[in-house]
Amino acid sequence: MNWGSWLLWGFVATVVLTTIMAGSQGLRLTRMSIPYMLGAMFTPSRDRAKLIGLGVHLMNGWMFSLLYVAAFTQWGMATWWAGGAIGLVHAAFVLTVGMPLLPGMHPRMASEQQGPTVMAQLEPPGFLALNYGYQTPVSVLVAHVAYGMILGAFYVP
Amino acid sequence: MTPIHDYAAIGDGRTVALVGRDGSIDWLCWPRFDSPSLFGALLDARGGAWRLAPAAASRVTRRYVDKTNVLETRFDTDTGTLVVTDLMPVASEEDKHRLLLPDHEILRAGTCVGGEVDVEMRFSPRPHYGRRPDRVRDAGPHGIRVEMGAGLLVLRSDLPLEITADGEVRGRARLRTGDTAYASLTFADDGPAVLPPLGEWSRAAIARSVAWWQDWASRLRYEGPRREMVVRSALALKLLVYAPSGAVVAAPTTSLPERVGGDLNWDYRFCWLRDAAFTVRALFALGCAPEAQGFVDWLLHATRLTQPELRILYDVYGNAPADERILEGFAGYQGSQPVRIGNASAGQRQLDVYGEVIDAVAHFVGAGGTLDRETRRALCAFGEYVCRHWQEPDEGIWEPRSGAAHNTHSRVLCWTALDRLLQLHAHGHLDRAPAAQFLEHRERIRREVETRAWHPGLGSYVAQLDGDRLDATLLLLPWYGFEDAGSERMHGTYARVREALGAGEGLLYRYRTEDSPGEGAFGICSFWGAEHLALGGGTPEEARDVFEGLCGYANDVGLFAEEIDPATGKALGNFPQAFTHVGLISAAVSLARRLEGAPPLDRRPSPPEPEADQPEGHR
Repeated sequence: MNWGSWLLWGFVATVVLTTIMAGSQGLRLTRMSIPYMLGAMFTPSRDRAKLIGLGVHLMNGWMFSLLYVAAFTQWGMATWWAGGAIGLVHAAFVLTVGMPLLPGMHPRMASEQQGPTVMAQLEPPGFLALNYGYQTPVSVLVAHVAYGMILGAFYVP
Repeated sequence: MTPIHDYAAIGDGRTVALVGRDGSIDWLCWPRFDSPSLFGALLDARGGAWRLAPAAASRVTRRYVDKTNVLETRFDTDTGTLVVTDLMPVASEEDKHRLLLPDHEILRAGTCVGGEVDVEMRFSPRPHYGRRPDRVRDAGPHGIRVEMGAGLLVLRSDLPLEITADGEVRGRARLRTGDTAYASLTFADDGPAVLPPLGEWSRAAIARSVAWWQDWASRLRYEGPRREMVVRSALALKLLVYAPSGAVVAAPTTSLPERVGGDLNWDYRFCWLRDAAFTVRALFALGCAPEAQGFVDWLLHATRLTQPELRILYDVYGNAPADERILEGFAGYQGSQPVRIGNASAGQRQLDVYGEVIDAVAHFVGAGGTLDRETRRALCAFGEYVCRHWQEPDEGIWEPRSGAAHNTHSRVLCWTALDRLLQLHAHGHLDRAPAAQFLEHRERIRREVETRAWHPGLGSYVAQLDGDRLDATLLLLPWYGFEDAGSERMHGTYARVREALGAGEGLLYRYRTEDSPGEGAFGICSFWGAEHLALGGGTPEEARDVFEGLCGYANDVGLFAEEIDPATGKALGNFPQAFTHVGLISAAVSLARRLEGAPPLDRRPSPPEPEADQPEGHR
């Protein structure tokens, strides 16, 4: 495994993924804000949550890229299409498994069944995160496929 | 259709909603003042509204909770009494760090305070100026979801809600003494929605908001006639401040007519530079230094891209407003067509804005502010622009669509611009100003106004050079320090203005021309009349009588529109109007000082000498 290459391209891929998601939000394609959702686990303050969440998200993205790199090492090759394929699976997992589990892990997120409480007021994402706008799954897929393609194309095993 | 006079305003420093005496929110643009309307019944019955009121007929009285913008509407029915509390919750910075709060919320609480009342809710959102929403869905414990593109409205209530076939949401319940039903409407477009719970949480939100407004109002510094009206005006003005940028919008509405049934219908949801000097002076006079400084910061920031030329109006972030267009689908207030969005006067040339902006900055410096290098350079560039262009015609303060003219008011404001720059220079704030050039042009302007804007036959200043028409802006000559209010010329001018433009009971029209047949008396012009008397144009008693008479034209909760119908005393034009409330505050401050025997507030504040080690900056 090439640690230097992983550190560099893992970070670049995470930055691109974050930018695509933030751009989708700015273009009003989705209301999903992963930095805010992550940061709200630590603080109710909107501004602080976005800042903390951005840091957590960048670290997460970097760590997740280890899985991609592990797969490339196992296969003995790294190509853009292989990275894109992993990104597709990654996005599908996040949308179908990760998002519905989020209310159970997030102290400030309302559950689908019980509605908001004094502590938990954040709107849950729902299936495929469709509660955040019907174009959310597309944004998530595009961002993760781009993330995987960057890793596959530029990571040197 | 509810008359303009029968609305009250609630807001949160981002936008304002208008609530009618019938308990219906008939105007709301979310998330900011100039966003498309969500509720537009003010301008068209099909424009969307949200009503919470007794199902039966009732007698209505209203008030704001003391020193707040939290509205209470009391409905007395034959079976009981319902008090509806309406607000857009606000919170301190500390609370925002401590609590998860929605970005945008309207909270309504209906409490039965006697007997029993059948309370009814009707909720018909019509986003983007009257469109049907994309989708209205009952999300169970998460409320009614209304999707508007990527934006999401969530309505939650204690009342059982149902969605009708045409997309309206209805709810109804019987409340008995002590029962309260809450309804919360939130809007999210920048992230996952925050869904506040109801009940105790809502009660706490109301208490937080009341405390926030009362804390703000407690800092107001005014002891004089009609204090309650001055405080209400300050609270109304605060509603019109866009908190993220410090901009002050002229009014939160568009196309409320200056003449019912007529076409004098304009979009006022923008920030006019012209309002700057009046607003900044009023805010400083009341001790609202953060708001005044915020507005000056916004002024200097917003104008940076076009300096040394100034646009007439900007949006809340200093951008050019959208092009003016007509909303074909809206019938207009009581049939007053057209309904316009955007404002074409943005393209006009109004030379008075230079004087207004520079005078505002001079007030700011006089209150202890300092100027950074870039601002000093910009001020000098404004002055040089004035020297090059003051002789030219312009559209002037009233923005007629009939063309440019040589307006006396614009000339006097050009004089004001150079006069204040020379003041700043004299006190060391503008070292590199071309003082000799400014002085020469200032004196040339004065000579021209004193000769060509003075009509010996009328014994009065006149609205345009070499003309014979009168205009209420002539009463401002003492305000800017161009003339003394007690001078012979101003006595003559005041008398002629009253004769020509008086509408009875202290009211004044702004002018009388073919541009404005049938429009109402102008609110701020009427207060200019009172202030002129307070500044020395009349006795203190005369000034007080006129001022108190004018205060009587406010509606039942103390708000003014742009104009007043002299026949009925009711409001006309966009509502509530910052300019009118600024006029009230300014007149009250001048009157209070006159009654105390104190000298008028200095029209030309003497800026303090800059300290050697004082950091540069706008604040």
